[in-house]
Amino acid sequence: MKIVKFAMIALCAISASAFAGDKKATDTTPAEDLKTYQDYFFKRFSGVPLQEYANGVYAINEASRENWEAIEEFPPYEPMIEEGEGMWNQPFANGATYGSCFGDDPAQRKNYPYWDAARKMVMTLPLAINECRTANGEKPLKYKKGAMANLLAYMSYESRGQKINVAIPDADALAAYNAGKSVYFARRGQLNFNCASCHMESSGQYIRSEQLSPALGHATNWPVYRSKWGELGTLHRRFAGCMKQMRAKPYKTQGEEFRNLEYFLTHMSSDIEYNGPSARK
Amino acid sequence: MRNAANKLVAVFSMCCLLLGGGLLSQMAEAAARESTAEGKKFAFDIKKGNCLACHMIPGGVSPGNIGPPLVAMRARFPDRQKLRAQIYDASLLNPGTRMPPFGKYKVLSDKEIDAIVDYLYTL
Repeated sequence: MKIVKFAMIALCAISASAFAGDKKATDTTPAEDLKTYQDYFFKRFSGVPLQEYANGVYAINEASRENWEAIEEFPPYEPMIEEGEGMWNQPFANGATYGSCFGDDPAQRKNYPYWDAARKMVMTLPLAINECRTANGEKPLKYKKGAMANLLAYMSYESRGQKINVAIPDADALAAYNAGKSVYFARRGQLNFNCASCHMESSGQYIRSEQLSPALGHATNWPVYRSKWGELGTLHRRFAGCMKQMRAKPYKTQGEEFRNLEYFLTHMSSDIEYNGPSARK
Repeated sequence: MRNAANKLVAVFSMCCLLLGGGLLSQMAEAAARESTAEGKKFAFDIKKGNCLACHMIPGGVSPGNIGPPLVAMRARFPDRQKLRAQIYDASLLNPGTRMPPFGKYKVLSDKEIDAIVDYLYTL
């Protein structure tokens, strides 16, 4: 009980920032937020090591973990990794390749998201992929699934084991981070939830028969082959799905709000190793 | 003669009252039963109250455990208005609540909330 109480106080320290009048997103630094956020889950699920949070709900649920480990032995996303590898190796019509844009190294996960100081915006890997395509005369890919998810699956697979380390280098970057934090903690939709309602305050608890996964580690394992989708999907696809479940109008995939949210959320998972692609229920 | 007629009228009106009263209360009971059944439907319906998402309810399959079990509701909420207000907008009592404001944000109509309250009082 004491632990719960303490955790609630810790949570309020940041969750209040966006929706209560007395605190603002700018009241705490990213480093303070990170400590509050990670400590919240360490207290809530004591004994679960940081890296385990890369595995979502399976970090805290032994029964479904066995099932999941069996699935990961022959992962449903394997053909998509191969598709993505094919895309990586296939030259564009002008003869250039993705390698021309990414230093011939598909293991780019650790470099994104990052703050682009010149353009004053958060750059994400999918956005960089599409900019590479358009710069070489190709049409951009759709952001939620399909070819984009396949290429991300290959690049993420090649990046497995890289540690999350998102820099927030200047005041503009901090403003974007704080905007992302506000998206995370602002209540929205007809059900009046925020991200934390389910994935912090209710994490580990059950909604009907589904156990809610801890928010810590949520940015590490993308793209995801979700049984519910029956296919591979991207992080922003999941963001949009979450917002629909809150009965809110989703933001645009790769729009400013979701990119800022990804920036904040990825920073909150600092020091966890990327382990995408992954399989989830 | 007149006396007898008066008596007859009196007896007749009494009968009417008794009969009418009985009918009325029967009708009220039937209405309450109907409302209770409706309330249960709204409480279990995923698109309506979806109370089972977070609350254990006796007779409900696969309940969540985020909110407290919905049992002994009359003992816990002797004041009907307080129970109704909790469903309408739980944030009034607890600003940090995770419970959606079902009435305020029109997830449920006033009538649906009343029916759910009727149903909750049977638990």
